[in-house]
Amino acid sequence: MYRYDEFDHTMVRERVDQFREQVGRRLSGEMTEDEFKPLRLMNGLYLQLHAYMLRVAIPYGTLSSRQMRTLARIARDYDKGYGHFTTRQNIQFNWPKLVEVPDLLADLASVEMHALQTSGNCIRNVTADPYAGVAADEIEDPRIYAEIIRQWSTLHPEFTFLPRKFKIAVTGAETDRAAVKLHDIGIAMVRDDTGAVGFRIDVGGGQGRTPIIAETIREFLPKQDLLAYLEAVLRVYNMLGRRDNMYKARIKILVQSEGVARFTERVEDEFAHLKGGALELPQAEMDRIRAYFAPPRFEALADASDELENARAADAEFAAWLRTNVDAHKQPGYAIVNISLKPVGGIPGDASAEEMEAVADLAERYSFGEIRVTHEQNLTLPSVRKSELFSLWLGLKIHGLATANIGHAGDIIACPGLDYCNLANARSIPVAQAIGEKFANIRRQHDIGRLTINISGCINACGHHHVGNIGLLGVEKNGEEFYQITLGGRADENAAIGSIVGPAFSYDDVPDAVETVVDTYLTYREDEEESFVDAYARLGATPFKEALYATR
Amino acid sequence: MTFKILTANRLDNGLVVYLGETGWTADICLARRAPDDDTAAALDEQGRQAALRNEIADPYLIDIDDDTPVRWRESIRANGPTVRPDLGYQASRS
Repeated sequence: MYRYDEFDHTMVRERVDQFREQVGRRLSGEMTEDEFKPLRLMNGLYLQLHAYMLRVAIPYGTLSSRQMRTLARIARDYDKGYGHFTTRQNIQFNWPKLVEVPDLLADLASVEMHALQTSGNCIRNVTADPYAGVAADEIEDPRIYAEIIRQWSTLHPEFTFLPRKFKIAVTGAETDRAAVKLHDIGIAMVRDDTGAVGFRIDVGGGQGRTPIIAETIREFLPKQDLLAYLEAVLRVYNMLGRRDNMYKARIKILVQSEGVARFTERVEDEFAHLKGGALELPQAEMDRIRAYFAPPRFEALADASDELENARAADAEFAAWLRTNVDAHKQPGYAIVNISLKPVGGIPGDASAEEMEAVADLAERYSFGEIRVTHEQNLTLPSVRKSELFSLWLGLKIHGLATANIGHAGDIIACPGLDYCNLANARSIPVAQAIGEKFANIRRQHDIGRLTINISGCINACGHHHVGNIGLLGVEKNGEEFYQITLGGRADENAAIGSIVGPAFSYDDVPDAVETVVDTYLTYREDEEESFVDAYARLGATPFKEALYATR
Repeated sequence: MTFKILTANRLDNGLVVYLGETGWTADICLARRAPDDDTAAALDEQGRQAALRNEIADPYLIDIDDDTPVRWRESIRANGPTVRPDLGYQASRS
């Protein structure tokens, strides 16, 4: 697994010392809130509804057991015993005290973690496929390039004050588990006609009040040109992106206003100046970083496991969990395990200190001490021996972490909403809980099949409602919470923005409305193989509208 | 009857506070109430001055009916997350 080098150690330690001094000056009254706010935001510290909130970066969603234990200790020592995993593979603490944040950051730095670039108009923490390095359908481990981008973008002086925040995601697989089409820049590893590996570059995707699917501006970029090309995109954006209106400041607006062709031309012009210069990636450097992500010492195993098959046959509950939470690994005899942070009645993405420690222990015992955070707010143990899946499942069950609902109706993605967030107009979490209760029966969920339900408490769309198969957007109408329903969104390689189905539903009515949508799908689907989103594409909105609004 | 009260966040721990008769308080029931525009403007000015003195951050006026904020958002701020009754000010009251 990747370890910080001496530059990172020094830089993060220096930043902690700087922030400690800044906090001291703020508390002593030498600095006003207006002066302090940009400094705290540069260190991931927000002031939310009830208290400060610290967003900690988890680069490309990769954690070690040691780091997870430190997050658990931080939750216990500095917070109220829990943390919240976000839709950008980060973790947020909801109750840190400003006076203690410098010590908290020093503890994070001791395990090579920090909160840099988790806020502000800079290049944010780079996200990646949570199955990176282990996916059966992967061309190459995207973390190598995510790490190169992290090094390039960290404290990049030219891109510290962009018109607006900037999000980059990388995937190395055909199946898009990183939602690259919904990022300012999405990078997908591809092969050209000769079989050479490079990148497809998508630009200008995003959600918020103007949801847009990214446009491909380069079908194939050679590896060595990655940073030169990214720098060209960022430079064009930094020069031409709007700074007069924050709602029109993201790169997606620039790509749309310029037109894709014109925007691409500008990027290619800039790239022509940068190509072959100081930003060209030497093969030796790529190899050096690749070595940090060397696979763990897999044993040579037969792919099939008698232990696994016996347990599957003997225990229906285990078999159900295997069906939804376990995926194919590239190494024979191993599997990828997803841990749902969506138990029935739970808070999507929340994990207690005890749960974090349990996951750290189980990862150490069964998955080479490696953990991933997914943008669906779940955790992944990337490499588990098939013969040990049953033991792991029993271990997860003890801690209530074996819910078999990954990619199903209970695996609801929800932002913190009005329960925590200063920007929210409506609550997300209790709506997720109420919908989760409706689909509490796991067999019913499995009968419904793959379905994503996403909830955002405001138009900023942190719950990614635009790309949920069923999306809910919380709005405030005359002081009350209402929820707009969108249908047909998806965040995968066929990314699509959902369409609003009709007038919004009240807080009390929206769980029933979601159930009506699901029941309508069950009535009209061709067979069990036709997923919700495929059925919606075939049927259109009409039957859903009729079912939702006929009696109103 | 609707009154205005002044709210803010404490500087050291960020927790929600209200301006009471004898200083900042965590208890919304103890907030000083402004029945008219002039008193509300005076409260607002007190908030601005307190922010300049770095006593608190982000002061603003809210509406309150009896002891309940008019806006749902402010009610959640005054109590704590509705999904975690064990946290926030509601936890110490129960």
